[in-house]
Amino acid sequence: MIKVENITKNYGDVKALKGVSFEVKKGQLYGLIGPDGSGKTSLFRILTSLLMPSSGKATLSDYDTVKDYKKIRKIVGYMPERFSLYMDLTVEENLNFFATVFNTTVEENYHLIEYIYKMLEPFKHRRAGALSGGMKQKLALSCALIHKPEVLLLDEPTTGVDPVSRKEFWEMLKMLQETGLTTLVSTPFMDDAELCDEVALIQDGNILKIDTPANIAASYPHKLWKVVTENNYNTLKALDKLDGKISAFSFGHSVHLATEDRVPEDSIKKHLVDNNIKIENIEPIKASIEDVFMELMR
Amino acid sequence: MKTFRAFVRKEFKHIFRDKRTLIILFGMPITQIILFGFAITTEINNADITVLDLAKDNYSQKFKDKISSSGYFHIIKELDSYNEIEPTFRKGKTKLAVIINQNFGKDLINNKDAKIQVITDASDPNTANILAGYLSAIIQDFALNNGALSPPTMVVKSQMLYNPENKSVFMFVPGVMTIILMLVSAMMTSITIAREKELGTMEILLVSPLKPAVIIIGKVLPYLVLSLINAITILMLGLFVFGIPMNGSYPLLFGEVILFILSSLILGLLISTISNSQQTAMLISMMGLMLPTILLSGFIFPISSMPVILQYVSDIIPAKWFIIIVKSIMLKGMGLDTIMMETGIIVFTTLILAVLAIKKFKIRLE
Repeated sequence: MIKVENITKNYGDVKALKGVSFEVKKGQLYGLIGPDGSGKTSLFRILTSLLMPSSGKATLSDYDTVKDYKKIRKIVGYMPERFSLYMDLTVEENLNFFATVFNTTVEENYHLIEYIYKMLEPFKHRRAGALSGGMKQKLALSCALIHKPEVLLLDEPTTGVDPVSRKEFWEMLKMLQETGLTTLVSTPFMDDAELCDEVALIQDGNILKIDTPANIAASYPHKLWKVVTENNYNTLKALDKLDGKISAFSFGHSVHLATEDRVPEDSIKKHLVDNNIKIENIEPIKASIEDVFMELMR
Repeated sequence: MKTFRAFVRKEFKHIFRDKRTLIILFGMPITQIILFGFAITTEINNADITVLDLAKDNYSQKFKDKISSSGYFHIIKELDSYNEIEPTFRKGKTKLAVIINQNFGKDLINNKDAKIQVITDASDPNTANILAGYLSAIIQDFALNNGALSPPTMVVKSQMLYNPENKSVFMFVPGVMTIILMLVSAMMTSITIAREKELGTMEILLVSPLKPAVIIIGKVLPYLVLSLINAITILMLGLFVFGIPMNGSYPLLFGEVILFILSSLILGLLISTISNSQQTAMLISMMGLMLPTILLSGFIFPISSMPVILQYVSDIIPAKWFIIIVKSIMLKGMGLDTIMMETGIIVFTTLILAVLAIKKFKIRLE
């Protein structure tokens, strides 16, 4: 459905994309995972025909994003990074406007957005500017869906949205997938990635890895420990001199420590105690996508 | 057509829900016209002057009475010596001083040259000139009536055609109308498009089957309607508050007004294609349009007294031609046949601007 072949994009001397290739099959929920500034937005703009690639080629449903831009603009549902709604129009007016712009009506495709719009219904006479982040996001998604697109492109839809709304949002995407919609979604949150069928990890304009979330997590090459102590900073400093240590990163309240397979739990404990660190808990864990990402970036 | 109507409706909602836009749109024209009409005027009434009367005879008294009764001057002080003149100027109390020579009355009777000296404060040259002009007219009149024995001299009596009382409002109303229409049309359109870019909604509009023409015309049409309402307001104020005559045909006037609004709107579009934020759009329209228009359109400064190069520059400013058109229609009651050239120039520049704007309108983000 979406085919990206060796796309590069330069802004003057800055190389935003350095030869990106991947393919999204029909009906897939595909994640593009990477930190800020990794080139996600540039890629989305190329796919929506808003930017021209410096080299390479991208097609959506076999339409070229440069040559057939007019056709692309009919089949794509796009939600840019910032929720691009008219803040001075009400929820209902926004939806009606975008429906009309795409030559359709809200009634015609109401079934597509029914589930999402039901949550917005009580606020339909409220101006978009007065909605909460999560509500804005739902409205933007409704507006992107109202013309029954074949491909849905969502650029960081969950940035700036509270965790509950984020979870709801992914449930909505899963439901939409059941209607056969192909979705490409970008996000800087690694835990979002686990909900995709397939993910591409992107960093500095390069694709690092493409696989299913499970396979990516399973591909982690080292032994991984979760170490909970009182102070991550001191722990990281102490672990620096641990024999057999490969890497250690702060993960919220704990430290994820990667070691060679030969290192036993006891020697880590002993090392930390020797360095005057009080251990609350230490256990071997399975790697997440974030661990893989950190490993790939190292 | 349905999409177009939806677009225009959305545009009107933007305008009517934004108080700032409404104030600029309707508050500014009215304040401007009233400001220019009442406060900023080149006529001077009751200017404060001083007199040093060295003669102190019948004739000099008659002369002073004539000055006072003219309505243009108000004698605030009679001075006693030359030394007092300069300090009063320095204090800024007066703009002009009249000195009547010792033998004023005697010289008049004896048919000799009676001498009057006029000193003006030329730190404000415009006022100084106008006051000196008024005063010499009074002196001439006085001489004619009192110096009966003087040899006949040539008397020039000029008649102010189309504006018999030489009212500056006649100049300002067409001028202000031009500036307002230009500003509102160009600035507003450029700002609304820049706002869509700034908020990111332009991204969505571009990634939609909307044709650029629909976006452009949809943006322009609401402002065309509102500018027309503005033009009518200004015209009404001019006619009923300032008493400007309307000697020509209304349909012709409104045809020309619509043409001029259109040219300004398209200029605004062109500005919006080169600016990415509302601020830039506003600055460019203010600096790039307002100033040259005010300075070079002949609104305030006569074009004929500008350096030749600037005269050529003024030729490409539609506002200059529009002011000429409005004055021809309203004051002189001219028909289309006499303002064909001016109209043609505006049509021509509008077409050029339209082609440029459509060419520069981007279907992509860069």
